[in-house]
Amino acid sequence: MTEAAILLDPTAERSPAARPRLARPAGLEGLTVGLLDISKARGNVFLDRLDELLQARGVTVRRYRKPTFTRPAPVELAQRIAAECNLVVEGLAD
Amino acid sequence: MSSLPDGLIVIAKRDCPTCVLVEPLLAQLAATGLALTVYSQDDPDYGAGVAGRVHDSTLEHSYRLDVEIVPTLIRVAGGREVERTYGWDRADWQRITGVAALGADLPAIRPGCGSRSLDPDVAEGLALRFGKVRLSARQVTIGEAEDPVEACFSRGWTDGLPVVPPTPERVLRMLSGTRRAPDEIIGSIPPDLVPCTVEKVAINAVMAGCLPEYMPVVLAAVEAALIDEFGMHGVLCTTMFCGPVVIANGPMSRAVGMNSGVNALGQGNRANASIGRALQLVIRNVGGGRPGEIDRSALGTPGKYTFCFAEAEDSAWAPLHVERGFAPESSTVTLFAGEGVQGIVDQKSRTPESLARSFAACMRVIDHPKLAMAGDALLIVSPEHARVFIEAGWSKARLLRELIELLTLPADEMIAGAGGIAEGLPPSLAGTKVPKFRPGGILIVRAGGTAGLFSAVVAGWAASGAVGSTPVTQEIVA
Repeated sequence: MTEAAILLDPTAERSPAARPRLARPAGLEGLTVGLLDISKARGNVFLDRLDELLQARGVTVRRYRKPTFTRPAPVELAQRIAAECNLVVEGLAD
Repeated sequence: MSSLPDGLIVIAKRDCPTCVLVEPLLAQLAATGLALTVYSQDDPDYGAGVAGRVHDSTLEHSYRLDVEIVPTLIRVAGGREVERTYGWDRADWQRITGVAALGADLPAIRPGCGSRSLDPDVAEGLALRFGKVRLSARQVTIGEAEDPVEACFSRGWTDGLPVVPPTPERVLRMLSGTRRAPDEIIGSIPPDLVPCTVEKVAINAVMAGCLPEYMPVVLAAVEAALIDEFGMHGVLCTTMFCGPVVIANGPMSRAVGMNSGVNALGQGNRANASIGRALQLVIRNVGGGRPGEIDRSALGTPGKYTFCFAEAEDSAWAPLHVERGFAPESSTVTLFAGEGVQGIVDQKSRTPESLARSFAACMRVIDHPKLAMAGDALLIVSPEHARVFIEAGWSKARLLRELIELLTLPADEMIAGAGGIAEGLPPSLAGTKVPKFRPGGILIVRAGGTAGLFSAVVAGWAASGAVGSTPVTQEIVA
């Protein structure tokens, strides 16, 4: 059988059905920001500028790079970013 | 569809050989000038030559006409059904249609086939679309590319293992396992004390992997957890280990195939596994009791996924529900706030006196050998061990009395500091004897495979009794 696209909520329905995004931090102080280059052309230009601006504000920045933009990030890379950063920014377009 | 078209109605499907057999008769009937409506469940061309031919593509007509077998022939007069037959029965068809020679060259009787409206999953879908049942739980639409099992994980609905996605069809099928109305509120689930409907229990029972026939047991287990003495809120939020252990008694546990024998406390039996899990999922999802939030257990216990089994009742030993005041023919669940399973290995005792001493020695270590009147004990006696008592004429009650006696201990060994261990009873008890367990704090059940001179004890929550949790028993009603 095919799985229906409707499920019945098993909870007390105290939170919205649409899951809220994680709350954004009030500021960047004390946080580590990851910059993920997905290996798309000139993404590094955008991320380099962000790097400069963030470092100028005293924010800790870590740089990461996906081997190719055509595939999802390797699990090891995703786990490393999650373990090392509080926030991540990735440049998606050319 | 409050009123039916007068005349004859035939419901059929091409996929059914008997429907194919009677198909030529339909044009004959139409030619006589009788008002005839033919509903085809599959092939829109079935009943060619009949003006009143309708493709029942949604099966709404089949559902509303309550068709179980095709072909079904119905005669309607004055907007009401007056007669019906199903399959091919020549005499019936001739009488109902009033056409004396109808199908004279066909065999006298041919059985029909099942109506498509009763196909698995189809029936529930039709009931949801066209029936009276209304489910009230919020519908959560998941993305087309989203795996439903993963969707349940990402919404935080699972205990860490996959759940069966609770589709409306599955929930409706689960509700068929109880006579209770979906909107009946069975109580408020801790820790959030949210009113819980039968429907919400059914949703979580689907997710846990239950069959509909388990619903009465699941409902009784949830109701038992809500009895005040059980203290479900505390059982959940304690930093200690316990979770609700479900012990089933009576004919219902056998009817649904619960395991009381080989590996009774282990994996592999759907009823045991899913009934215990359904209770835990209700606490998690409806009550909001999640580990790390209100559930503050330091270590937890594997039984917090599921811990549910049936007693292997023996006519020579009063089963737990009878000991607790219920009729032998009744079915019950008893909830015990229990920790893990500790084995009792005694392969040498052949007398009840020796074996009872073994049990007492092993039960003495519950919580700590130097603590008393803290946690209750659930003693699970295997058939080979039970036989030692039964053959010597010891009832369960006799064993219980002997254990209480054997577990009345010299406090001097147990007071704080004794044996170089700081933990222990208050020094004021020095020189006295103390009962290891509070009155009523030992439950005995018989369960397990028939080979193995091993029993087990499950420690209760160290806050057993009025201060925390007292075992409770709830009757299972269909």
